[in-house]
Amino acid sequence: MQQSVIEVNHLYKAYQTAAGDFPVLKDVNLQVLAGDYVAIMGPSGSGKSTFMNILGCLDMPTAGNYVLDGYAVATMAADQVAKVRNQTIGFVFQGFNLLARASLLDNVALPLVYAGVSKEARHARASLLLEKVGLSKHMHSHPNQISGGQQQRVAIARALVNQPRLILADEPTGNLDSTTSEEIMAIFDGLNQEGITIVLVTHETDIAEHAKRQVRFLDGRIVQDTGAVASTVIGHDHV
Amino acid sequence: MFSAMLGEAWHAMGANRLRTFLTMLGMVIGVGAVVLMMAIGQGAEASVKRSISAMGSHLFVVLSGPPRMGGARTATGNAPSLNVRDANAIGELYGVVGVAPVTMGKGQVVYASNNWNTDIIGTTAEYMDIRGWGLSAGYPFSTSDTRSATRVALLGKTVVQNLFGEEDDVDPIGKTIRINQRPFVVLGVLDSKGQTLDGRDQDDTIIVPLTTAQRKLFGNQLPGTVRQIMVQAESDNVMSMVEDALNSLLNQRHNIREGADSDFSVRNLTAIANSAAETARTMSLLLGAIASVSLLVGGIGIMNIMLVSVTERTREIGIRMAIGARERDILMQFLLEAIMISIVGCLIGIVIGVTGAVLVSVFTQAEVIVSSASVLIAFSVAASIGVFFGFYPARKAARLNPIEALRYQ
Ligand SMILES: Nc1ncnc2c1ncn2[C@@H]1O[C@H](COP(=O)(O)OP(=O)(O)OP(=O)(O)O)[C@@H](O)[C@H]1O
Ligand SMILES: [Mg+2]
Repeated sequence: MQQSVIEVNHLYKAYQTAAGDFPVLKDVNLQVLAGDYVAIMGPSGSGKSTFMNILGCLDMPTAGNYVLDGYAVATMAADQVAKVRNQTIGFVFQGFNLLARASLLDNVALPLVYAGVSKEARHARASLLLEKVGLSKHMHSHPNQISGGQQQRVAIARALVNQPRLILADEPTGNLDSTTSEEIMAIFDGLNQEGITIVLVTHETDIAEHAKRQVRFLDGRIVQDTGAVASTVIGHDHV
Repeated sequence: MFSAMLGEAWHAMGANRLRTFLTMLGMVIGVGAVVLMMAIGQGAEASVKRSISAMGSHLFVVLSGPPRMGGARTATGNAPSLNVRDANAIGELYGVVGVAPVTMGKGQVVYASNNWNTDIIGTTAEYMDIRGWGLSAGYPFSTSDTRSATRVALLGKTVVQNLFGEEDDVDPIGKTIRINQRPFVVLGVLDSKGQTLDGRDQDDTIIVPLTTAQRKLFGNQLPGTVRQIMVQAESDNVMSMVEDALNSLLNQRHNIREGADSDFSVRNLTAIANSAAETARTMSLLLGAIASVSLLVGGIGIMNIMLVSVTERTREIGIRMAIGARERDILMQFLLEAIMISIVGCLIGIVIGVTGAVLVSVFTQAEVIVSSASVLIAFSVAASIGVFFGFYPARKAARLNPIEALRYQ
């Protein structure tokens, strides 16, 4: 049987607001196997980003289990969580989130700094990845000197630099035109073929069709899943 | 990893140069002030100490005339109440190792075409021993010179320079000079003693035998009277005993009843000197303390700017955390920045402080001492201020929640 990279059981998330607790995720269950390619869809405000942030260990659930790559995230110490963000997961944001002051090379190499890699190895690895996303010519440029599509490529190169098992992308093409979006999706398709597990959020059906599996959120619940893994359905009281 | 962080801190400092410079300025001024103030304070202390050791040790001076409030330096009363026989009697006291009666006045000195007005001290040969004052050339006068009132003189360095010129081309020994019209033979040249505690030039002096001064220079005074008697005690331990003995001896000799005003006063020069040294020390501490306040203000400035910087860079912190920075990485990053600002500021401050000290010594002739200890202290205090005032903002940054930091606009 294939190993599962993500296992989420009975996940709840509520935000504390001035008007009291505001539930956003209500009993979410999901299992993603290694090598899977999942597109999460759903209307605005249905909790997709909230869910992705929890998957990316950027935020913590209010209740429920999240087992990442065999480890329960809730039991990890802060430094271990940081290590997971650094080595296991590559996160790609809608707004790119590059450091404006650093060159593209330094942006891509930054996760390696926190992994304790030497300067030569950092630069070698980062320039290799910039080459992979077709930006080696702009290595020493700064983020504000390149287009949005190019910035997203840099962000993908940065997400890949530590060879993660899992890529999480929250609307990676949300700020891009359709041609550029297709180029970015082509990169994701290639990565998935290399065996990297991918979970991405999108509003567009044609983007979602790149994935092997579509999951639909509505009001904090998963209401549709084209490739649900049998084991997650067991004990699932919402069908 | 650490070198990468150092590089980033350096980069961050350069990102907003004007702000970094202004932040640093507090540190620069603080460290500069500490180094300069300590240099001035230590210089003052050292010169006081030198004046004290130049004065001689365990000394009393008995002044003629009633004790006066406000501490006039020398008695200049018209009728000196002390005389040589008083001095001789003091010499017999237990614990006294040296006595020198002194009479003094102003004198006009001439050699060739050079004129100079200076202090004339008439005293005995013992005076030189009591004050620990040696000769740089020639010979001292002897007891026989005092007895027969010969016209010989010992010249201070300033007097020599004014009569015989700055260059050493004329040897003053054996030359005849005129003091108040009368010829004197120069016997010797006094060692340079520098300034007194109150800034008088001790080298602007001529010493002649007591009897010569009394009879041939200041002739209209009562014979045998002196203005002062210098008394040297054997050691610190007998100082108070000798002081009491001096008072009772002189009261008895001058027929002064208990409770009546005396016609002399006894001053403990060593105690005065020690209190001057104490004052100099206090001054130097005070200067240092005032300067340290500016260091503190500089530190607060650093904290202020670091807090602003953390707020401004909240998103950056979120990004770093999202790609795997640990709390301690973020803490280190901001702490390093604060430390770097304070250390660079400190180095500039040291340069400015030392330059200032050199300028002060050049323009005021005052002694300044830049000790490596004071530089080291300023440096380590500045570094700790960087750590201390940088820690709170850095910890604030490190404790940010990644997702909230990423959402920050
Ligand atoms: N920090 C927060 N505090 C309070 N409420 C929040 C917070 N973040 C999100 N929410 C609320 O949670 C709900 C889900 O937000 P989320 O961003 O997960 O939606 P989404 O599915 O990603 O929407 P979109 O498609 O527009 O990106 C929204 O109603 C939102 O207002
Ligand atoms: Mg969203």
